This record gives sequence, structure tokens and C-alpha cells, in this order.
Amino acid sequence: MIRPRVIPALLLKGQGLVKTVKFKDPKYLGDPINIVKIFNDKEVDELIFLDITATNEKRRPPFEMLGKITSECFMPLGYGGGIRSFDDVRTLLSLGIEKVILNTIAVENPAFVSDVAEYAGSQAVVVSMDLKKGFLGKYEVFTHSGKTGAGLDPVRHALEMEKRGAGELFVNSIDRDGMMQGYDLDLVRRVADAVNVPVIARGGAGNIQHLAEAIQQGGASAAAAGSMFVFQGPLRGVLISYPSQEELRRVLP
Amino acid sequence: MITIVDYGVGNLGSILNMLKKVGAKAQTSSDPGVLRQAEKLVLPGVGAFDAGMKKLNETGLVPVLNELVLDKKVSVIGLCLGMQLMTKRSEEGTEAGLGWIDAETVRFKFGPENANLKVPHMGWNTLDIRRQHPLVADLGPESRFYFVHSYHIVCADETDVVANTDYGYPLAAVINRENIMGAQFHPEKSHKFGMQLLKNFAERL
Repeated sequence: MIRPRVIPALLLKGQGLVKTVKFKDPKYLGDPINIVKIFNDKEVDELIFLDITATNEKRRPPFEMLGKITSECFMPLGYGGGIRSFDDVRTLLSLGIEKVILNTIAVENPAFVSDVAEYAGSQAVVVSMDLKKGFLGKYEVFTHSGKTGAGLDPVRHALEMEKRGAGELFVNSIDRDGMMQGYDLDLVRRVADAVNVPVIARGGAGNIQHLAEAIQQGGASAAAAGSMFVFQGPLRGVLISYPSQEELRRVLP
Repeated sequence: MITIVDYGVGNLGSILNMLKKVGAKAQTSSDPGVLRQAEKLVLPGVGAFDAGMKKLNETGLVPVLNELVLDKKVSVIGLCLGMQLMTKRSEEGTEAGLGWIDAETVRFKFGPENANLKVPHMGWNTLDIRRQHPLVADLGPESRFYFVHSYHIVCADETDVVANTDYGYPLAAVINRENIMGAQFHPEKSHKFGMQLLKNFAERL
């Protein structure tokens, strides 16, 4: 039987790999290709790349860098950031990226989600939702790397995206990003309970137990994390790590 | 030369990358003349059965493929949807399949004890090898493969199944009959384990 997936989510900014806290203060980690090679050697379940400045800088995805990654990495790869056209999607798929991650464009033009699902199949379409908790405990969907409130409720948006053909939903807590104190399990649970497609939780993982909580308590199908796979110790020194298969099987039977 | 059939469906780039990595000569093509020169064929595929079958029919390549696979017995491997297209039909759609394998493609059906299992079956799973075959040679018991599918195939003849995987119940993951092979998972996305399988396809078949 399968074990739920554990996915390093890596943030690209220009030519570098970075890690944020609450979607802010990107800290430089190193050269993406080198870091990706380490994850590849560790035989991770899957990798997600998010270019966090592409949309706001009106840049297209970094195709050349992604091409270098796909020619060396033989695992499922997802990419999000700056995807604005069908041409972008075609280019990503032809490079060997099999999951395109749509966020801003999915809010602005939901029909785009349907178009991509029809063209490439739902398994190729991940809709990403960046979520912030407001003063009254209400969650809101944000676009443009967490800068713009969309006035949408996460569950309603998730259901709409599932109907449009999204094959997976990527649920990101802006408030928990980089905090390493655990996922927002209530948020993950609300979305996972509402939809039938797999949910990937992200935002807050600090240890392997948190990953298990996202699955077992949050109802997610997969747990994604950044900080815990790239930092070590209280001073957050850069060190790439990933649990062994044995460790993963122990917490995620 | 291994030729990957390009009919507009599937992750050709990844398959090509991996075949090159294992030292095989490979190319993608939708040209009947080029396909006829192929020593081996790969039939890729992702997405829905009818969409895949329609695109394959639109290319006009089906008679050529039938000739190569059924008459000339060229080794072929179908990957994921590519394997499902080799069956007679699918519960996912109404189009006729290629019918190269006496099998049908059906939706996952879980009993109450597995009602919590989500479809698609997505993630890494292991194989239960049912019979020895060059395709699954040198795969250790820890070998795992990346699956993503909502339908699976059922072979009329159990001996066509080389390996099963388990998701709620055992289902065909690797199949073979004569020169025809199929894998339900994505070897091109399955680290060194998938690499071994494609290397086997390139070198031992």
C-alpha cells in the first residue's frame, strides 16, 4: 500500500533558491541546481518549485533552469509561478514538469484551469491557494505571492476549482509559513473534508511529527514543507535533509 | 533506436531524458516512416482514455502501429494511459481501445473496508512480482514506483500479469504478452527503480 507523499517545496527567486517567513524576508539558500541534486540523491517522493516573484515581476517561468532540473531529476515535479498562458503550460509539460501549479491565474480566469485540465488531464493541474486568517478567524484566498486579497473563501474556491478540473489542491497557510510550529490543521481539514481530490498541505512543518499530523488530523493526502528540509538548528543554518524511508513509514504507516 | 510515439499526449520529455540517461538511443516521432524504422516502441500517455484514443486515431498512426506490434512483433511498452489504451475498452469512455491485450480498463471499486481510499491512486507503491520477466529483472524488494491513475486494467488471462501492486486490492502494475508490455506507473518518474525498468526494456528485450 502507498504511504502519503512528503514533498519538499522549494522557492525560487531569480536564479537563487530562498526560504521565506510568512511569505516575507526571503533568505538565500544557494544554487537551485545543486540543492535539487541533493534532494534527487535522497530519492524524495516529489518536488515542488514555486517562483515567488515571477507573477509580480510579470516574468515567465524560468524555463531554462527547469529544463536543467528535469533532465536530472526522475521524480514527479510540480512548478508554479508566473504561468500566464497556455503556451507556458505546454512548454512546462514538454520540459518534463508534470504538474503545473496555478494560483493567481486560477482566481483571475477560472476557465484557464478547465482548459489546462482538458488539454493535459486533471492529474497535471494543481490549484494552489495562499490563505491568510483575518481578525474574525475567517480565511481569505490571496494571490500575487500573498500580496493581494481575492475576497474568496477557501472552501468555496476549492470546490469551484475541483469542479473546473483541478486534480489536486495545494493549501498554503501564509501565517504559518516558515514558523516551523506545525500546520494549520483546522484549515487543512476544512478544505480536505470539502473536496474529493487530494489535498497537499503546506505551511508550518518543523518536524516529521508535523507531517504526520497534516495527514492524520488534517486529512491531507500529502504534506509539503520547506524550512524543515533546508534548515538545521535554532540558527537556521542551511542543511538539506529528508527523512529516510524507514522514518517516514514509522510515522506514516 | 527506441521510438516514443508522439501523438500529443504524455510526458515525452521525461521518458526521453531517462532513456538517454540509461544510455539508450531514443527519439520521439509521429512519422510513420520513422516509426517503421524503430527497434522498439514506447506508447506514452496521461489523461483520459477517450481523449488519448481520439488523439491517437487523429494521427492516423493506428494501422501502422497495429502492423508493427501485431504482425512484425516489434517490442512495445505502454506507460500509464499508454498501457490502458492497449486494452479492448475502458469504463472511462466509449472509444474502442487498441485491443492488443485481452484486457479491460475499469474504475477502482472499493468495498466498505476501503471506502476512505481516494481516487486517483497517487503516490509511490511497491510491486508484487508474479512471474519472472526481463522487464522486472534486478528490481530489489525495496523498489517503489510512482503511480497516478483513476482506472486500472484487468487481464482476462492472469498469466499476462507480471507484477501487481496493491491499492485497496491487488491490481495489474506490469503486464506482458509476447512482444507487448505495459506498466501502470511512470518509470520515467520513479528514480533509480524506474530507471532500472527502462534500462531492462532498452537492453534485455
